Amino acid sequence: MDNRSPLLKRDGTQKLLASLISIVIGLIFGSILVAVVGLLSKDIGGKGIWDGIRLIFIGLFSKTRDTAGNLTWGFNSTNFGNMLFRATPLIMTGLSVAVSQKTGLFNIGAPGQYLMGTLVSLMIALGVPTTAIPPVIVWLLAFLGGMLAGALWGAIPGMLKAFLNINEVIACIMTNWIAAVLVSWAFSAAKFSVVRGQYFNQTDWTNASGTFQNIAEGTKSSYVYKTIWNNVATPKLGLDKIFPNSQVNAGILIAILIAIAMFVLINKTTFGFQLKACGANRHAARYVGIKDKNNIVYSMAIAGALAAGGAALYTLAGNTEFSWNTYQKLPAIGFNGIPVALLATNNPIGVIFSGIFMAMLNIVGTQLTKFTAYNEYITDVIIAAIVYLSAFALVIRMMFNGSKKKAHAAEPAPAVAEPAEPATEPIADAGEDPAPDAAVEEEGGENA
Amino acid sequence: MTFLIQQTLLFSIPLMIVALAGVFSERSGVINLALEGIMIMGAFIGVMAVRILQGLPVFEEAFANNQYFKLQLMEILVMLIAAVGGAIFSLLLSFASINLKADQTIGGTALNMLAPAIVLFLVRIIANQNTLNMLDGSNSADWFMLKKKMFGYGAKEQMGFIGRTLLDKTYLATYIVIFVFILLSIILYKTRFGLRLRSCGENPQAADSLGISVVKMRYSGVTISGALAGMGGFVYALTTQGCTCNGDVAGFGFLALAVMIFGNWKPLNIALASLLFGLFKCISAGYSSLDINGDGKFLLADIGISAYVYLLLPYVITLIVLALTSKSSRAPKAEGIPYDKGKR
Repeated sequence: MDNRSPLLKRDGTQKLLASLISIVIGLIFGSILVAVVGLLSKDIGGKGIWDGIRLIFIGLFSKTRDTAGNLTWGFNSTNFGNMLFRATPLIMTGLSVAVSQKTGLFNIGAPGQYLMGTLVSLMIALGVPTTAIPPVIVWLLAFLGGMLAGALWGAIPGMLKAFLNINEVIACIMTNWIAAVLVSWAFSAAKFSVVRGQYFNQTDWTNASGTFQNIAEGTKSSYVYKTIWNNVATPKLGLDKIFPNSQVNAGILIAILIAIAMFVLINKTTFGFQLKACGANRHAARYVGIKDKNNIVYSMAIAGALAAGGAALYTLAGNTEFSWNTYQKLPAIGFNGIPVALLATNNPIGVIFSGIFMAMLNIVGTQLTKFTAYNEYITDVIIAAIVYLSAFALVIRMMFNGSKKKAHAAEPAPAVAEPAEPATEPIADAGEDPAPDAAVEEEGGENA
Repeated sequence: MTFLIQQTLLFSIPLMIVALAGVFSERSGVINLALEGIMIMGAFIGVMAVRILQGLPVFEEAFANNQYFKLQLMEILVMLIAAVGGAIFSLLLSFASINLKADQTIGGTALNMLAPAIVLFLVRIIANQNTLNMLDGSNSADWFMLKKKMFGYGAKEQMGFIGRTLLDKTYLATYIVIFVFILLSIILYKTRFGLRLRSCGENPQAADSLGISVVKMRYSGVTISGALAGMGGFVYALTTQGCTCNGDVAGFGFLALAVMIFGNWKPLNIALASLLFGLFKCISAGYSSLDINGDGKFLLADIGISAYVYLLLPYVITLIVLALTSKSSRAPKAEGIPYDKGKR
């Protein structure tokens, strides 16, 4: 017991435990909802409820329904590969929210920055002819161009905050909707008339109006062309051999590298220290000669670049489709950066794992829709519950310091030592011990 | 002109009441970013209540026999139900931000994510699609809209300008909201309760030292806020969405926050600000059929500016207005800061 308690008292351990508890409560909340809806509904029944709850917890390992109608379980390469693929933009938007949070800014503008990134990287990836310039260069241009667009878009609320003292939350929300309209407008009107890559030349698309809308495939005109048509696609680097039948590509590796770079930037450089100082106490930072206003703008610009980078990695995968008429709907990936960052307590390395965890929940939602009467929105319910709990993660952490009896809850501690395990691992063992706390908290939330 | 005024009111009224909801919460010291989520919840609960009440024999008969009075009563009842639902949902925010002293921005964001998630989850299961409609394809205009024949006018008779604009083809909900808005504004400024509530948003320590319970005041502030936002959500769904619910209120909750800031946290300014925003929303929604002086020409459509410009207008103007007014804007001093007795 004694040699364990220092570990428990450590800040990082407590943050991790608080996040794990939030996750477990979130999953339990989702299960309760599934059970209640199942009991109230006439046609779901006991087996449906049991399937639903099992899928919520271990949906990643579900394979298919056998002929008897029972779910089969095991390693599912499609699920794993798609999880990594969907984690890529989530990690990036999570980093976006986390970095701005370090400077004390709540970047709820990630959806708008994400959209601007999508717009610019798609236009570059489709507009620059790969017959003249190698696809790799075009890919790089599109990726960097997207990030630049996001940086500029993120800098707008940053400047409004720094120089005019407008609440960044309101400014971000307005720029989100403005971005949504601008993107629809751009794709509805913009034309490109350069020499196209081989895919374009093969089809009879030259008679088309020349916009980015995919009119080549009859019913897809509400989508933009896939970038693979211009030979631009993120390389797979053999990951598709490890996870066959999935969309995984090297984007996940790029996202992880960027996360590590952000960790170094925030924790090991003077610039990172200045950003954090502005977040901790803006006035004190100014007193020691840090340019607080500039740093706020930089922080939001970096956040914007990261969110847009996520968009670029997602769209440049080559086979993803972007529905361009976005003016009524903001992309969920942008908003989901918030829970990713919260779960990771704004630690860039932690964002990698929480991003993968969120992607896993996404897979769970897909599997639920496929195999049961429930639908993918349960994922959003669970994520929202987790965000709600993260809001008072501080209280959960105080419980550890306050009461001695929590000492035996050291079970998930090894997860700190070896964080190389995918995020699914800690959840499984966290299910054992923190559960009693979970129940207490759950009731608190319900009674409220 | 009639069309312009009616449409503007349609968009202004939910904005107005939800912005007032924000005032009650922030004046008591809690930032209520969850207005959007509470509106979505209120809209869902309202539409569900309508569906349930529609099935009751008493209202079925009332509809069949054109007993307008009963139908209007049903509308008021549903507004109350939506308000209660919104108030209950907002307790989640109060609990996190007042009892647990959590970050209010994150708590609000959580509610904003929770509401559409739960609503869409349930709507998909109930309706097997992403939109919850009224029962059996009936629509809100038939059930709840005020029409000139209710005031004794025949099909051929014309009402006067005032009657045409403010009575024919309007909803009773509009006037109830205006009444509630005035009533609550008076409560906020002219009663002891209102003074106490506001003091908790400015200097809770001083309020506490005078024996006012900050926790109670903040709970009432957020709960009133939730009730108003819930009601506003249903009014939005009823008047602009034809009493349907798809887990979305098109950013009205956030727009209401902007209206509140623009209106400097004061009811009268908010009423005017929401009329202004309602006008822009109205232009962006219906510019192509807007006939301002009644000469049969659609002026805005004829100019030939892209429709997207009108869609951008409300948001761009919000930002510009916020930029211009930020120097004189005066937020409640203690908003967003959890109350800590020991702090000075």
